[in-house]
Amino acid sequence: MQKYLYAFLLLLISNNVHAALNIFACEPEWAALARELAADKADIYSATTALQDPHHIQARPSLIAKARRANLVVCTGAELEAGWLPVILRESGNTDIAPGKPGNFEAAHAVTMLEIPARLDRAEGDVHAAGNPHIQTDARNFLPIARALSARLSELDPANAAFYRSRLQTFTQQWQAAIARWEKQAAPLKGQPIAVQHRGFPYLNNWLELRQVAELEPKPGMEPSAAHLSRVLEQLQRQPAKMVIRAAYQSERPSAWLSEHARIPAVALPFSVGGTDGAKDLFGLFDDTIQRLLVALK
Amino acid sequence: MSRKLYAGAALAALLIHPFNASAASDAELQAIREQISQLKDNYERRIAQLEQRLQQAEANSKSATNSAAQNQVAAQQASRPAAGGEGVFNPAISLILGGTYGNLQQASAPATGFAMNPNPGHEQGFNLGESEIGISASIDPQFRGAATLALDPAGGISVENAFVQATTLGNGFNLKFGRFFSGLGYVNEQHAHAWDFVDQPLVYAALWENQLGEDGVQLKWLAPSDTFIELGAEIGKGRGFPGTDRAKNGSGAGVLFAHAGGDIGVEHSWRAGASLHRARRVAAGSEDVPDLSGNEVTNQFSGDSRTAGLDFVWKYAPDGNTARTNFKLQGEYFRRKESGDLTYDTATTNTTDSYAVTQSGWYLQGVYQFMPMWRAGLRYDSLDPGVAQVGAANAANVISNYGYTPTRTALMLDYSPSEFSRLRVQLAQDKSRQGLTDNQVFLQYIMSLGAHGAHQF
Repeated sequence: MQKYLYAFLLLLISNNVHAALNIFACEPEWAALARELAADKADIYSATTALQDPHHIQARPSLIAKARRANLVVCTGAELEAGWLPVILRESGNTDIAPGKPGNFEAAHAVTMLEIPARLDRAEGDVHAAGNPHIQTDARNFLPIARALSARLSELDPANAAFYRSRLQTFTQQWQAAIARWEKQAAPLKGQPIAVQHRGFPYLNNWLELRQVAELEPKPGMEPSAAHLSRVLEQLQRQPAKMVIRAAYQSERPSAWLSEHARIPAVALPFSVGGTDGAKDLFGLFDDTIQRLLVALK
Repeated sequence: MSRKLYAGAALAALLIHPFNASAASDAELQAIREQISQLKDNYERRIAQLEQRLQQAEANSKSATNSAAQNQVAAQQASRPAAGGEGVFNPAISLILGGTYGNLQQASAPATGFAMNPNPGHEQGFNLGESEIGISASIDPQFRGAATLALDPAGGISVENAFVQATTLGNGFNLKFGRFFSGLGYVNEQHAHAWDFVDQPLVYAALWENQLGEDGVQLKWLAPSDTFIELGAEIGKGRGFPGTDRAKNGSGAGVLFAHAGGDIGVEHSWRAGASLHRARRVAAGSEDVPDLSGNEVTNQFSGDSRTAGLDFVWKYAPDGNTARTNFKLQGEYFRRKESGDLTYDTATTNTTDSYAVTQSGWYLQGVYQFMPMWRAGLRYDSLDPGVAQVGAANAANVISNYGYTPTRTALMLDYSPSEFSRLRVQLAQDKSRQGLTDNQVFLQYIMSLGAHGAHQF
């Protein structure tokens, strides 16, 4: 009996010991970035998919089990994961990934935050003290984040530091070229008025110079009511928008309603890697995002 | 006394002084006027200088704004607080406000066959629920502390939780000590504001007085595997029922539990567990226990209490996106064996003989979020009072077989405008007492403000 028990325990422990680093990414975009930078030197697990609302994830047993063996947690930070990550980190019993440790990486630390609230009050809805956390919608943000993440990989796995450096160099070159391409493609979008379902695109707006004229959620994180949607419609009649955009994980109903009544196209953007069929990797994420915006503009 | 007198005299002198001045000569007045005009010039010059300086400063600050904006970005990054909700407020403080309105046909009493157990029943009419204040923070790099204080509507404060967690053990170990909710079962660790129904399942009410709280130590270990496997052990004073709050060396109760869990695809997740609890009961009194002659007496039990439990929960959400729609199915079963000596009617006959009984209960519930903000739930409860083996001396006194299965069916609907507020209506048909069916209606609100900790699975 005891023999079987030991065999079972050994099986559990020896289950998975391939790559040097075990990375737990909170969102798919960071899993994709880690894949670009670490390639096969790391086992990468994404805690969420692009079809899930990253604000509202359950602290599932599977996530706690994954965090238990992680060497590095790569998350957005800025309180995006405040509703679930703290429990996972605590319950995992893994001190390497505790906040403040090298094994805890927050992408938001590497970029300039937008929409830092002047007033912290829950009456304002789901606002984050550190600023709007949806930083992954501006392609330019990936450059400083990649630099910081690559440095962190080297710190945790010094034996492969040269490898990570060369991956970073390759990624940076490819990404800069891609940014130039995207900006050229997106030129017709400049100054175009848009409506958004959730306040999730300030970085995209900032990058492509889209002009956001309306939000469907009455307060960030609150479902739009019929009355509020009618008010938005009224507002759009005075100040028209070219399209209404939402993230793939959000309910299509509010933007579909507005699209029908305001006669503007509704666009579902991938928001993260895997949000649409076209967004297979980081490059695909922005190829597809810009394509969808351009199609809607026509 | 004398000091007051001097002060009075000085004041009087000051008051009289202006009248003396009126008697002064014109020359003196002229001198005073000159002095005043000198003072005036002096001040005007100074004010002009100050105004000039202010203008310069304003000009400087305008030109500095641009570079300040740039610096701000750097400063913002440097001063950003550490990760997690708890880092934002230190310590994290939360307040839960809750209340119910209950429309009940029967007064609250224990389920048939469970008269020797406590009765955390319901109250009729408007009730302020327990308001809860939660405080938690890292104590130092080694420890984290958390306390939950319940404010009783009638006044007074009780300590619901007050524990310290060791945060640097690593290797999957988690150590907790102080007062905490036991990790047995599934809903035992959940705070009242996270319950899916107004009340706890009957089996929790009858066997754990709603929730087993313990003063002691808990050690948990999480296996380093892809499947979630957690083993835990607790020893404590035996504060919560069925323990009898022993104040002696050693421990009064112990718990062992194991949980396993995982995902099936992205849409399904589950957790299942087994728990064992053991407590030594010493002179546990129970009032208003019916006996064979139809009287209500006070009995006392001393002996051993052993409980085994099984629990499971399964959750489903399309695409794993719980924010829109999701479904949760959960069930638990507990079986308790008590054996020892029962003293019948401590007030008069006071007869003691052996007593042993095995009681059990289970519930099954489903909660469905059919659209954002709205959930509906159904729960079925059942208890088995068991057949007691009563020693010969008490055979004619103590009821050994009630021959009744208490049950309850509850239906709830709740609306949560945000993750911080919830309004609920619950209908229940309570058949926990033989011949006394109670049709219950509850209205409830639960609001939380301040720091809001992440919830368990």
